[in-house]
Order: sequence, then structure tokens, then C-alpha cells
Amino acid sequence: MSDTTTAPAEIKLPKDLAAEKGMVNVQIDGVWHQFPRGTRMIEACRAVKVEVPHYCYHPKLSVPGNCRMCLVQMGMAPRPAPGQEPTRDENGYEPIGWMPRPVIACANTVAENMGIRTTGELVEKCRQGVMEFLLINHPLDCPICDQAGECRLQEFSVGFGKGASRFIDLKVKKPKNVDIGPRIRLDDERCIMCSRCIRFMEEVAGDPVLGFTQRGTHTTLTVHPGRRLDSNYSLNTADICPVGALTSNDFRFQMRVWFLKETKTIDMNCGTGTNIVVWTRENKIHRITPRQNDEVNSCWMPDSHRLNFHYIDSDARLTEPLLRSVNGAHNPITWSEAYAKIAQELQKFSATQIAVIASGRMTNEELYLAKQLTQQLGVTALSVVPRIGEADHLLVAADKNPNTTGAKLILQQADPSSQLNAVREGVRSGAISALISLGEDLISDAEFTADDLSKLSFHLHVNHSANPTASAANVVLPSSAFTEKRGSMVNLSGRLQRLNQATMPLGQAHDDWEILRDLIQVISKEKLSIPTIENVFKKLGEDVAEFSNMTLSRISDQGVVITETNYQIPLLANERASKAAGIING
Amino acid sequence: MAIIKLSRPKLTVGEKIYFGALIKGFFLTMKHAVASLRNKSRGAKDLASSGLGITMQYPEQRWDDHMPDYYRGAPTLVTDEQGRERCVSCQLCEFICPPKAIKIIPGEIPSDDPWAKVEKRPKEFEIDMIRCIYCGMCEEVCPEQAIYLRKDYLISGLNRAEMVHDKKKLYEIGGVRVGLVNKWNEIK
Repeated sequence: MSDTTTAPAEIKLPKDLAAEKGMVNVQIDGVWHQFPRGTRMIEACRAVKVEVPHYCYHPKLSVPGNCRMCLVQMGMAPRPAPGQEPTRDENGYEPIGWMPRPVIACANTVAENMGIRTTGELVEKCRQGVMEFLLINHPLDCPICDQAGECRLQEFSVGFGKGASRFIDLKVKKPKNVDIGPRIRLDDERCIMCSRCIRFMEEVAGDPVLGFTQRGTHTTLTVHPGRRLDSNYSLNTADICPVGALTSNDFRFQMRVWFLKETKTIDMNCGTGTNIVVWTRENKIHRITPRQNDEVNSCWMPDSHRLNFHYIDSDARLTEPLLRSVNGAHNPITWSEAYAKIAQELQKFSATQIAVIASGRMTNEELYLAKQLTQQLGVTALSVVPRIGEADHLLVAADKNPNTTGAKLILQQADPSSQLNAVREGVRSGAISALISLGEDLISDAEFTADDLSKLSFHLHVNHSANPTASAANVVLPSSAFTEKRGSMVNLSGRLQRLNQATMPLGQAHDDWEILRDLIQVISKEKLSIPTIENVFKKLGEDVAEFSNMTLSRISDQGVVITETNYQIPLLANERASKAAGIING
Repeated sequence: MAIIKLSRPKLTVGEKIYFGALIKGFFLTMKHAVASLRNKSRGAKDLASSGLGITMQYPEQRWDDHMPDYYRGAPTLVTDEQGRERCVSCQLCEFICPPKAIKIIPGEIPSDDPWAKVEKRPKEFEIDMIRCIYCGMCEEVCPEQAIYLRKDYLISGLNRAEMVHDKKKLYEIGGVRVGLVNKWNEIK
């Protein structure tokens, strides 16, 4: 409303200003915003925090537009008559002519001078109607349904539904409790035919085994005859199922979701470093789900990684420091006794007789302290154990160590496992007579034999679970599993990510970094001023350039790239391709 | 909300020294004392008092017949006329329970069970009666009409473990309850 006069030719209309940037002006619930051309209406609304309820739409999948829940009212500027100049308000926007019928927000893209209304009588009536249709055949078995508490049908029923059913006929009966795969259970009565699972298996997992049969109210989700939903990505379908039609066998009837505490952390089954949420109650992990990170794992994770947490509260966990007696049995001792024993034993050997085997599953902080430990002992033989498996061309990397990149940076070796063979030979020949193995089962994973280990005069093993190597070790210290730790790791694409503690260590087990710090302290007989893991990270930053200028707490949930590795996560390449093709928009 | 301002009552000098009220109270107490010694106190007949005023001689005498329908005693689990465990272990009572007295371990109903279509029932159901405050929220929240507060009030035990009612005990006290909604009976 300034009264400065400007020549009309110089006034740029909002549409021109936006067009310069490849954007369009859209009015959402009365407020004008700018969005890139080609954005879907639902994504535009999401970007400005306006909720459009939906079932079938998923930002990482194609858009079938079949649930009709995202109906909104849409309007465009009226087309001027020939020769007529369009009218504009004082801000340069044309008036919006609202359409009498609603449109679905998921399948339509925004356009210049478009208006979207996500509230109002028309939209509310539409949602109420859609909810009523969806609930016609839905069984009211929420008390036994695993989805209850995180069910879209429940949420939108409360938010937008009618509250009472007018349907008096018998509901259509469909198969319940169908075994369609080794990890997934199907309940067809609960299915609302959103087809998210079908699209996921086809577009992301590349194993199209799901589909609909029958028509109308009898439409049934099923697997292809003779096939099973046995892809390594099948559990993602349970995640994206907005209702309880697909549920996980592993989590089935274990715990109601409203009891569970969510902790954001990262997976450590392979080098991808999938972002996850750990769901716990009273120190027990009940399930693990993927967490969205578009630079790492998108919204997905492999089943093999997701289900690999049952060892954390298994009987094999070590809960006390153990000392092997002369007859070979391990007896519990206190931590201070254990440290004293270790310091006393290690004094007997010269630096060349000692070797340290670390692990690619250790966090950056632990690797840094392991390196400090070797420097304290004057030892040069330090190696991690390589763990090469098969990649699956989506999310599973061939390197099963989650922190190989971190080990390269911290140990400053191009191949941190290069000395492993030398250490093994040294143990066999007797040149190495004292061994410290941190978090690695040498017999199962590093081609050591029980005979090799029996040649050692002293063997300290630090691990969270009992294993053949621990049985052969003189002193065994109990450490923590990955959900019990705070720390950081660098994934294969050079992204520094933070692990957060979801559960407490079992029994008297300590966090690995504390064990390493205390070992350094007893060996050097000096008190180190590293009371918390934050201090370890700070010291790491002082020594390794890549970690400088940050703190552990400041690593965001999405991680931060600290080094270039040229590693491409194949799933993200697929996602970029379908985004470029306009199939997905999220 | 409207705010209503209340002013303190104006007291006379006699009321302020409260000696009169003290005397009044003394006479009232004495009146009741005499009445109860003469076995003429209010409710003496209803409570079958032993002759010494309104004091009921528990446990020889019980109040059980006078319990109102809404009395909230021990929470229990019930079965219905078909012998089905009504609880499906949805754990809403565990969630709502203010003193966290309830602990449920859910389990799946095996496929050879006649009620296999219900799919879920508690593997273990424990109510810690030391914690229970008899508020009745569990009964109110139950979507399956499975948990009811009965009139049992005599919950005692020699140690803490005995005060935890397990599933067996809960069904034992709860018994069979008829006339409930049988939503799982639909033709399948």
C-alpha cells in the first residue's frame, strides 16, 4: 500500500516473478505460496504443513489415486473472454473461480494462480463420505489388531469420520490370518485396497508378487499363485500398510505400539548405515522400523537387517567380566579385578609381542580409543576384520561392516584390515603371544582356529555375547550391543551418522568406549580427562581433520557428509530415475 | 469460565471466640455416645450391630448384604456362557491403569482352538492387588467386556507374590458372566 508511483511497465506480476524461478503461485487455505512446477497438490500442502488425509498416496511410490481420501476443492483463474484483460487484486493475483466438484490432491499438479481449499463444507462432506465407504466392510477388531494406535483408519475416523455407521447389512467376509510369506501375515477384511504394498513390491523391491483379485466390495489382496511374499524387503509392506491388513509375524501380538518408546538410531548390519527407529519398552526391543533419510535408505530397509536384534536380549549375552581359571572354566570377577589382571599380564610382553584386533562394527569413538590404546602399548599391529558378503543391488551393501569408512579415516589406512593376515601368522608362529580382540569373534569371522588361540599366552576378549573366541580367552569383558550405545559411524557414502542409546546395557556390561578408556587408564596409570563420549569425539576431532569443527550432539538425525567416497546406494539411483521420469514426487 | 467472587462470612463476636460452638459440639458427641450405648444409634439395625453402637464386629459380622451394586471390589476376568475367555489382551486396561497394577503378556490362540478366529488372548495376565486402587478404569475402558470389578474386598496374602493375581486366579474369582455382547459369534 505504498503511495510511490511506479511506471506500470516496471511492475512485475507474481506469476512472472515465480516463472523466472520455474515456480508457480498457489493459494492454499487462503495463503499464497510458491512451488516448483510439477509439484503435486498433496506435496505442496505437506510443504506448508497443511494436512491432507490420504491412504493410497506415498511420496516414494507412483500415484494410483484410488482411495479418494485426499479430495480437496480446487480453483483456477477464470479464462478471460476474447480481448478481455484479466482482473487482478492489489497483489497481482487473479481471483479464483472455485470448481463445484472436488479433485484428488495426490494425482494433480499445481498450476499458476491455483487455489486449494483443504477445509470447508464440500471437503469435509467428501471425507466423511469416503470414510463411511471405507468402513462399510471393515471388521471392528481393533482390540486384536496390531496396527491399532498407528492406524490411519482409526486416526481419520476420529478426525474426519461420522462417528456412527448407517450400514445395517452383513459385512463381506474375506480370508483372515492368511500366511502369504515367511515374515508377513495378511488379513483381507482389514484391507482398504490402497495398493501401496502392490506398488512397493513392483516399483521398489522389483518383485511384483502381490495383486488384487475379484471386483467391487469383493476385491481381495493376494499373492500370485505359486508365489510367496518372500522378498528381503517384504516387511516394508507392513510399514506402509495404512491399516492392519499386512502385519509382521515377528512383531505380531508382541506389544501394543502405544507402550513403545521410539529412539532414532542407525542400523549396523551393513555399510549402508540404514536410518532406523528402535521401538522399546522396559529395556526390551520389540521392533525396528526404517526412518526416512533420502540420502541413505529413503523410507525402506531390508528384512534381514530389521529382524537382526533378537540377540540383544538373548541368553548368550555376557553380563559379567570373566577370568579363565587353570581348568579352563570362566569365573566372574569384578571390573577392577579384571583391569588389574589385564594390566599385570600385558606388562609381561614387549610391544612387538602384542597385537590388537578391532572391529569394523565399532563406532568412531571406539576406534579412536582403540588406536590410543595401541599407541599407549606401543603396538603397531592393529587391524579390523573384513566382512564381505553379497550386495543385493538395493540397500544391502557388500561390505557388512557398518563403519569401514570411519576405520579408514581414524586408523589412517587405505585398508584397515591389511594387517590381519600378518597378525594371524604371528599368532601361529608364536611371534605374537598377547592378543586383544575387540568385538570380533576371531574363530567364526577371522579364520583363526581354536588351536591358534590356544598358543597365546594372554588373550583379552571384549564382546557383548558369548562365542567360541570368548571361550578361549583369558579375560572376557562384557560390552554393549548397538542399541545400547551412543556414538557415531561413517557409512559407505561418507555420511557421518549418530547412534543413540535405546536400551541399557545388560547386567554389569559397560559401554565399549568406557572399557577402552579404562584399559588405557590402567595401562598408562594416568587418569584421562574424558568423562563422556562427547569428550572422545572432541579429541577425535582434534586428531582427524574430517571430524573437526563438530560435536557428537550436533550431528543431525539425517547425518552429515564428511568425506567423498563415490559410493552410490543403488536404491537411491532407482529412486532418482523414477523421480526424473515423473513417477514419484516425494 | 465465569469467576465467582466469594466473600468471607461476617462473624459476630460470639462466633469469633468459638466457645459456644465448642459446647454445642460436646453436647452433640455426648448425645451420640449415649444413643450408641443404648443401641439406638442410626443404622444400628441395618448393620446388625452387636449392641455396642454402630461398630460392626468384623470379621464375625460382614457388611456384604448391604453392598450396593456399584461397589468396586477386586478386578477380575470373566468368561461368557460359551466358556470363551473374553479378554483378547488389547492391553487398554494396562495402559489406563493409574497405579500400573496390570501386566499382560499377549499371546496367539493356536489354530486348533475352537476360538482360533479371535486370534489373540492373554498368555499371562497379572494384577498386583497391592498396587490396585479399585478405581474401575480397567472395567470402563475394556472394549470386550472382559474385566469386571467384583464385590470381593477381602484380598489378603502373606507376601507380595501372593498379592499378585495371575490369570488363573482372576478367572476363578471372575467366573461366568452372561448377557454380554458376543461380537465374535458372527457367521464365519
